[in-house]
Amino acid sequence: MSFPWAEEYRPKHPFMRWMDDRLPLPRLVYNSVGGGYPVPRNLNAFWNFGVLAGLALVIQIVTGIVLAMHYEPSVNGAFASVEHIMRDVNQGWFLRYLHANGASFFFIVTYIHIFRGLYYGSYKAPREMVWMLGLVIFLLMMATAFMGYVLPWGQMSFWGAQVITGLFGAIPLVGEPIQTWLVGGFAPDQATLTRFFSLHYLLPFVIAGVVILHIWALHIPGSGNPTGVDVKTPQDTVPFHPFYTAKDGWFAGAALTLLALLVFFLPNYLGHADNYIEANPLSTPAHIVPEWYFWPFYAILRAFTVDFILPAKLWGVLAMFGSILLLFFLPWLDKSPVRSGSYRPTFRIFFYVLLVDIAILGFCGGMPAEEPWVMLSQVATIYYFAYFLIILPVLSMVERTLPLPNSISESVLHGEKAEAAPLGAQPAAAE
Amino acid sequence: MDGVRRRDFINIAAVSFAGVGGATLLYPLVNQMNPTADVLALAQIDVDISAIEAGQAIKTVWRKQPIFIRNLTPAEIQAANAVDAGSLRDPQSLAERTKEGHNNWLITLGVCTHLGCVPLGAAEGENRGEYGGYFCPCHGSHYDTAARIRKGPAPLNLEVPEYEFLTDTSVRIG
Repeated sequence: MSFPWAEEYRPKHPFMRWMDDRLPLPRLVYNSVGGGYPVPRNLNAFWNFGVLAGLALVIQIVTGIVLAMHYEPSVNGAFASVEHIMRDVNQGWFLRYLHANGASFFFIVTYIHIFRGLYYGSYKAPREMVWMLGLVIFLLMMATAFMGYVLPWGQMSFWGAQVITGLFGAIPLVGEPIQTWLVGGFAPDQATLTRFFSLHYLLPFVIAGVVILHIWALHIPGSGNPTGVDVKTPQDTVPFHPFYTAKDGWFAGAALTLLALLVFFLPNYLGHADNYIEANPLSTPAHIVPEWYFWPFYAILRAFTVDFILPAKLWGVLAMFGSILLLFFLPWLDKSPVRSGSYRPTFRIFFYVLLVDIAILGFCGGMPAEEPWVMLSQVATIYYFAYFLIILPVLSMVERTLPLPNSISESVLHGEKAEAAPLGAQPAAAE
Repeated sequence: MDGVRRRDFINIAAVSFAGVGGATLLYPLVNQMNPTADVLALAQIDVDISAIEAGQAIKTVWRKQPIFIRNLTPAEIQAANAVDAGSLRDPQSLAERTKEGHNNWLITLGVCTHLGCVPLGAAEGENRGEYGGYFCPCHGSHYDTAARIRKGPAPLNLEVPEYEFLTDTSVRIG
């Protein structure tokens, strides 16, 4: 679906007409990312990150497939085969560094993409399915990244696998059988490595499938925009191609430049030195940390130190999974009819505190489980849950929002103040 | 019954048959991920403990997991018995965690009950935590001289595996 004024696909070349009657694939492309998809004209830079995430997925799949041609998923050979890739395979160092840092790149752009959604209320009606499918992608990404990190079979790989599969052991009664089932033994070993390799290869394609659903669901109401005001007239939109293909292209170039800086000058900056030591099941590294993109969740996991009805360990696990699962309910927790944070002055303050809060959680997640980090993560965990479960629902009832512009085109008419000013005297339309 | 045709029966029967068949196929697909026969075959080991002096501990491997075998000193036994077991998070006395007549031999899994790290304390010079037993560096769980959880996030004491003394200097684990 699209707006009624969307340009229709009219192939000129006889072959394209012939094709359109038989397999209308060019029509699909034209209507989804071509001139046939009208997009709000006022999108800011934060709307580029979805495309960047798609680009990151492509980079990961391409580099991953070629790395799999040289990698050996065995407990005796995995570590050596990664060194073989680094030293012997032609440009293997580049492919592996691109894959390892590509994962970080993927998470950076995805986190910005998610925060964009949180600020501009992208999760609100009619885009709840877009939001929830995005969360499914995020969960799949985390599973894929975790299993990929195990494959080099270094110390962090091994102990990361031990700790994360141990999370399932916290479930009462069925926990231990589930953990044994997941790792295929009583501790991570060959069976674990082989199945993680198999799934690490599979899941990116599942992600690609859900990405298609995510975009499909997005294209039903069309993209949101920084004002949160619905598209009303053709003046509010421009065709995706050439306007946003060009803008996305420019941003892709800028983002890839940053990725290249990481790959060529700081390839191990985001990694951990312990993972260049081969896995040793009898010796735990002094300080086990996951990759940086899991730190906020790791901090929440470790924030629970006191038994309260349930054991502390189970609380930690529940809170960690809960911190993501509660986002599925976000469209119904935040009932404010105003989508964009730009028109919600009080919301904005709490949102910025949330950003700082998650940064603190991330920092604590990377530190050892000692004071003051444990205490700090406890406070930060409380705010994280309070933001979604208390602050947003209350705020959506009591907040006095700013007047919304009458339309998108009105909001972008700079220099024509009389026309651009929100009609403050008039009560603002709800959306 | 009225309106129930022969075809309805055939439909339901066919779909049920296919459904049960599909569900049956799930069993091997799921169960193949459980430990294989060769993994389970490593489930018993014999260990010679004659060389372990009082105050020392060794690490060995059982079912791919580390095992701590510690020869407790009288002071450590005393420290463990001095605590009221009922007041602990996972109430167990030292006697319940060791074998009759071999109360100085503390044999446990070297797997932290929090998330499965190997606690420190078995090797000479390692941090043994605030209670003088084992200390897990991952999330800061402290175990006492009977390897009982005393402080930190772990919910349970270090697990005591099935074992028996074959002689005074030899144990069979598993």
